[in-house]
Amino acid sequence: MDLSTLITPGTLFFFMLAAVTLVSALGVALAPNILYSAFSLLGTLGGVAGLYLLLGADFVGIVQVLVYVGGILVLILFAVLLTNKLGELKLNNLSTGLMVGAPAAVALLALIVKGVTTTAWPLTEEATAPTTARLGDSFLREHLLPFELVSLVLLMALVGAMVIARRAAKEEGRSVPEESHDRLVG
Amino acid sequence: MSAILTIGLNHYLLLSAALFAIGLLTVATRRNAVAVLMGVELILNAAALNFVAFSHYVEGTVGGQVFAVFIIVMAAAEAAIALAIVLSIFRHFKSIDANDTSTLRE
Amino acid sequence: MENLTAVVQTTHHFPWLFLIPLFPLLGSAINGLLGKKLQDRFGKQAPHTIAIGAMVAAATVAIISFANLLRLDASERTLLDVVFPMIHVGAFRVDMAFALDPLSGMMALIITLIGTGIHVYSTGYMADEPSYWRFFCYLNLFVFSMLLLVLGDSMIIMFFGWEGVGLCSYLLIGFWYKEKKNATAGMKAFVVNRVGDWGFVTGAFLLFWGLGGGWSQMPGQSGQYVRDLPKTDEQVRALDDQVSGAHVDVKTVAEVEAPEAEKGEHGMLEAKAPHGHAGRRYAVPIGPTVSFRELRDQLAITHDGKRPLVDGGTLPITVTTERPGVAKASQQKMAQFEGLANKTVWGIPLVFLICLCFFIGATGKSAQLPLYIWLPDAMAGPTPVSALIHAATMVTAGVYMIARLNFLFVLSPGAMTIVACVGALTALFAATIGLFQYDIKKVLAYSTVSQLGFMFIGVGVGAYWAGVFHLLTHALFKACLFLGSGSVIHGMHHLTHHREHHAHGHGHGHDSHRDPRLVADPLDPQDMRNMGGLATLMPWTRKTYLIACWAIAGFPWAAGFFSKDEILWKAFSNGSTLVPGWLIWLVGLIAATFTAFYMFRSYYMTFYGRTPSAEHVEHVHESPKSITYVLWALAGLCLIVGPVLGFPALIGKLWHGEPVLETWLEPVTQFTKLTLVGERAWKELPAVEVAFMLLSIGVATLGWYVAKSLYFDLAASEARLLAWKSKYRGIHSLVFDKYRVDEVYAATVVQWFREFADLFAWIDTHVIDGAVNMMGTISKGVAWFNSAIDKYLVDGAVNFVADSVIFSGGRLRRLQTGRINQYLLGVTAGIVVIVLVAYLV
Repeated sequence: MDLSTLITPGTLFFFMLAAVTLVSALGVALAPNILYSAFSLLGTLGGVAGLYLLLGADFVGIVQVLVYVGGILVLILFAVLLTNKLGELKLNNLSTGLMVGAPAAVALLALIVKGVTTTAWPLTEEATAPTTARLGDSFLREHLLPFELVSLVLLMALVGAMVIARRAAKEEGRSVPEESHDRLVG
Repeated sequence: MSAILTIGLNHYLLLSAALFAIGLLTVATRRNAVAVLMGVELILNAAALNFVAFSHYVEGTVGGQVFAVFIIVMAAAEAAIALAIVLSIFRHFKSIDANDTSTLRE
Repeated sequence: MENLTAVVQTTHHFPWLFLIPLFPLLGSAINGLLGKKLQDRFGKQAPHTIAIGAMVAAATVAIISFANLLRLDASERTLLDVVFPMIHVGAFRVDMAFALDPLSGMMALIITLIGTGIHVYSTGYMADEPSYWRFFCYLNLFVFSMLLLVLGDSMIIMFFGWEGVGLCSYLLIGFWYKEKKNATAGMKAFVVNRVGDWGFVTGAFLLFWGLGGGWSQMPGQSGQYVRDLPKTDEQVRALDDQVSGAHVDVKTVAEVEAPEAEKGEHGMLEAKAPHGHAGRRYAVPIGPTVSFRELRDQLAITHDGKRPLVDGGTLPITVTTERPGVAKASQQKMAQFEGLANKTVWGIPLVFLICLCFFIGATGKSAQLPLYIWLPDAMAGPTPVSALIHAATMVTAGVYMIARLNFLFVLSPGAMTIVACVGALTALFAATIGLFQYDIKKVLAYSTVSQLGFMFIGVGVGAYWAGVFHLLTHALFKACLFLGSGSVIHGMHHLTHHREHHAHGHGHGHDSHRDPRLVADPLDPQDMRNMGGLATLMPWTRKTYLIACWAIAGFPWAAGFFSKDEILWKAFSNGSTLVPGWLIWLVGLIAATFTAFYMFRSYYMTFYGRTPSAEHVEHVHESPKSITYVLWALAGLCLIVGPVLGFPALIGKLWHGEPVLETWLEPVTQFTKLTLVGERAWKELPAVEVAFMLLSIGVATLGWYVAKSLYFDLAASEARLLAWKSKYRGIHSLVFDKYRVDEVYAATVVQWFREFADLFAWIDTHVIDGAVNMMGTISKGVAWFNSAIDKYLVDGAVNFVADSVIFSGGRLRRLQTGRINQYLLGVTAGIVVIVLVAYLV
């Protein structure tokens, strides 16, 4: 068994991306500082985007980078910075639940692994090729209705987010600017 | 050895299972609401990765990718709403520790 | 591969069908969401413009679709519109699909056209109603649901409509919900209908199961479904490849000969049998399905003259697979399909059970014995609602469903016999109740129940077209009668309103202790004894009412004669029921006599009988044009439709052969040819049929004559009527009280539930309270004993109890931490336990 024939670039890439994904995911879970957590999330999301590309899902990969990394992650960073006084960014204590949470997570992981390895999946491997055109076709044909609905959901979410954030600001009334000033300086 | 080195469906499924478990761990243990949200994102990513992998190895169509895109969009909507709520909670409680915001219990 | 033949139903894609139900839905949504604002802003024309506009649009699309249907060849008359796939799980596939075939096309026209008329009528009738918009919102919603029921391509869509019309019926019966009587009537209708719905759903489940459906259908099992039939040449070729096993998915296919095909014109896509493929073999899906069309196709496959799925034969099934992960199945595998007819449940043939369940559904919706009790009470709703929902459309849903499932019902003579017998008994039973009612709407309600019974006789003896024809004529004349009665009530309302005002002005309330059997409540605008002599005051209403009475009584120049006579003749001559046909015929004939009597009784009591009092002349006037025009339109149709669509074959042969409607419905009912009893020659004789026809006319004339002699001049006959009433007091009051069926139900079913409740109450008071009291006594004794011995011990015990309560309370309190993390852990633990249980057990 010659290892060099087995290790193709694809294999190599997979393991590299998997390592990046998992290590930074662990970072999200365990980092003592919430800023580190947020930046680790970048690694995970990027790693998953790479895996999408490996699976021939080029469009999904790019959307992952654009939306997740470019949008959601920045949003999360905003939230982190807005809700913490700059001096105490370390405020990210693990709860005592780690002793219970870790076994629970491991138990569930074991169950899934058991399920995955014992099921005989009916495989039909297809060649890795760009699928963007087919994806676009299916969006405008068989998945047109869900597609439109999703855009509606997105719109509602945006409006909803604005309403929720603004109502809070209104309730606070005049004290908002002072508070936020305090927060930034303090 | 060759079974491990030949990348197949199981590799992706196991990876996403691990990602899911880590996400669950994050959600279960973090007390900071924003960190909990990050855990949710991990879980969503694990699910989407599963969809794409199945779409590639089993289904042979782009159906799974469609779902992955929908999941990403849903995640964006969820993040926007959740962060708005987090901001609103922060203004009210002056904290986003999930344990401090348990006043509904009383 | 053995040779199987079937006439595959050719469908034509017609992408505009969904508009028919969509317009009323939109109208309802607009009126429901914005109606109040629109009405406040623009007045009452806003809601009704929207509602009528929606109806007109729906009717237009329906007419256009119908015209497209007409242009097709008779065997290809099915328009199909798959809007979107809805549920695809395993073998269970439901699409939001609409189909327009001759039967549903006719129903769609009835619903949209009569519906439009009744909308127009309502603008006059409901003019004084404050929540006008709500009425039109419900009315549109009803039309939407009814169209869904009729046009739905599968049982699931039909069931959506089925439930939707039930809901709208409930909403509209209780439209004036501030009166408890109306709200109760609505609830009664809803609850009784649930019993029927149980039957419908159970029937559908049994049918799906009987065809081989089940949970978690795995690929490769029999019963897997080939979905899309070939549309283009490439698809046909691909399917050929599949069937020959070259490269395929796991599928089960029965091949059948396709019919001769012609090129599709009219700008519609050919769904099956494309041009140039005449005589080819086509795949007919076999296995569990909820689509009427696919069900019909697979039940119609014949194999050596027998239907394989029904007679329990085997079908050659191609099961092939090319997925590397799955072991290669044999290329040609003989898969055994259990025949539908051979399956039994607890020893009862499954087909019989399925049909019976569907029929229970039909009895609920179509008010047959024993579930008819809700319909007379449903008259509490506004009169246009009674006309549209409780006469013309919704109550005929059961008849429609059985006609739609005709290919299933013919498989079970037992079920058909039950349908016909229940129909006949209901026809007679309700007709006798109708004889002595004084409330004009109650008379019409019982007559509706009775006429629905006639329809069930028709579909029960296998004369589907006759049943459906009676459905059509009944929709016309009963709508006309209800709207006419509404017009009368509208007029009488002014009088009773005046009386009420007058009575209050003089300070005496009306006497509520009168016996309703003898004396009319002068404030009741629906009591026929308060009417009389309205002929001169409401001439148009009278004329249209008379025409509709002709139609229902069965005079040969109006619609009802043709359909009712056809049903009675078919009932007499059929050989498919287990009960002799003449028995059903005789019951039907007696019911028809009673029908003629009570309808003309209501006519003469309302419009003649006595000279109108000055009070009547002053207050009762002809209704507005929006009402009378609709009445005239319906009355005109009552006269035209019968001879045009249903001239008996016997006389019709002279110039156009079979009745038009029978020919029209032929594609739907072609598998259910009526068998004549014993093939006896004398029944084929024209003279016999003519004799029966004359007999029908005779009984109608008899009913009319008796009614006229008794009620035309009340002054002359009143004494005689009263004498009879007191002589036969017992039987009269029994029939007048509707045979006290409601009371029987109250005493049995309802009472049983009450007793059950009482039992629990008894257990509560005696056992549980007793135990508590005993505990109290014991603890009292213990306390006394303890205080006598040692006070400290008592204190200790009390403190211990308190402490343990505090302790356990604190423990329990911890469950409710308000911490999401811990909740999530709980969820995770639950999942792990469930999965483990699933793995291990």
